[in-house]
Amino acid sequence: MHDYDWSSIPNSLPFLWDGMKISLEITLSAVVFGIIWGTLLALMRLSPVKPLSWFAAGYVNLFRAVPLVMVLLWFFLIVPRLLESLLGLPRGTDMRLASAIAGFALFEAAYYSEIIRAGIQSVPKGQMGAASALGMTYGQAMRLVVLPQAFRNMVPLLLTQGIILFQDTSLVYVSALADFFGAAYKVGDRDGRLVELLLFAGAVYFVLCFTASRIVRHYQNRLKTA
Amino acid sequence: MISMNKVSKHYGSFQVLTDCTTQVHKGEVIVVCGPSGSGKSTLIKCVNGLEPFQSGEIIVNGVSVGDPKTNLSKLRSTVGMVFQNFELFPHMSIIDNLCIAQIKVLGRSQEQAREKGHKLLDRVGLRAQAEKYPGQLSGGQQQRVAIARALAMDPICMLFDEPTSALDPEMVNEVLDVMTELAQEGMTMMCVTHEMGFARRVASRVIFMDQGRIVEDDSKEAFFEHARSERAQQFLAKILHH
Repeated sequence: MHDYDWSSIPNSLPFLWDGMKISLEITLSAVVFGIIWGTLLALMRLSPVKPLSWFAAGYVNLFRAVPLVMVLLWFFLIVPRLLESLLGLPRGTDMRLASAIAGFALFEAAYYSEIIRAGIQSVPKGQMGAASALGMTYGQAMRLVVLPQAFRNMVPLLLTQGIILFQDTSLVYVSALADFFGAAYKVGDRDGRLVELLLFAGAVYFVLCFTASRIVRHYQNRLKTA
Repeated sequence: MISMNKVSKHYGSFQVLTDCTTQVHKGEVIVVCGPSGSGKSTLIKCVNGLEPFQSGEIIVNGVSVGDPKTNLSKLRSTVGMVFQNFELFPHMSIIDNLCIAQIKVLGRSQEQAREKGHKLLDRVGLRAQAEKYPGQLSGGQQQRVAIARALAMDPICMLFDEPTSALDPEMVNEVLDVMTELAQEGMTMMCVTHEMGFARRVASRVIFMDQGRIVEDDSKEAFFEHARSERAQQFLAKILHH
């Protein structure tokens, strides 16, 4: 039987916390940029301008049909080189965090755009008609009337997707970026206490994600009764 | 004010409107009636370009609706419209519902818009509800707000698409009263409605539609006393005899 020894955890808490900060940073930036880009994709998808609609459909289908970890690797391997040559940055600039955020944001945007598209379509058509009848342009009607209602209905789904994203940030270990999971792994590896550290990391992920989904569900119920 | 000439529309092979021709002069109140599916709602939605049509011509205040060069948003801001399901914006307070288009479309200041909004709410008897949300109001109240919202744009004419069809019977009159008052003040109106009492009281003319065609277009006296077409006679017999 394995003898558990948890003593390496207390001393490594600052290091683990640094990792958690990276995980949260990636999650928040990817959620924000993913929702912005996802909204634009959803609007393109619903646009009567065919090429825009095709582009958005192609984008969404492409990103939904490849594994996330592969997208992340593309971003770690290809994009930094590209930026180095484009922007004339010195070779070897550490862009792992930026690449990770970009990779997650572009990947998640595909999922967000589908949620947002459904949200827009859930707003009764008459709302667009009423806004148009008041003389609003298509853009004004979307921005002032349709999207605010769509987002209000979508908040629970968007948050749930954010929770999934938070779990998926652990995949940045492929770039040796010390997010929370990476940090825990490193500490465990260093002290020969991998099992303890992975159990501890798992417990932390569980508590955070479970609490967050409870809060989302609570909000969802309140939305239903409102 | 509004002139339609041989307006036709089809969805695929289904003909919705066929050669609809009529004139609405300033200050006239036109009631459009007919069995369901006869194209009345589609007809008035063509007037402000909410529904496109394939052939014919509609001129509103000198502007051609079907012309691709026409700025439809600008045209619509001058034509008020009231819908069967009210279509208030549920995420905004009542007063914001009245102000949003005044500010964003007409460029009025917040103060001007609110002042106008309160004045109109007063007029439809709902000043006290200004800060509430649409979901907190009854159907009749919501429809009166919707009328006030359209009036806030200072429209040159008003279109009503079955404004009382979705209301409980006891709320129909409060909406019709507002419409009657508006008609008596000389507003040019085109109303799709089955309220024949309203038609008798205020209509200048009645248009009867059947299967996408304008079958009757006559003064209300002529329409109610001796409708010419058999279809209109049947229709009147059905809705007046109970």
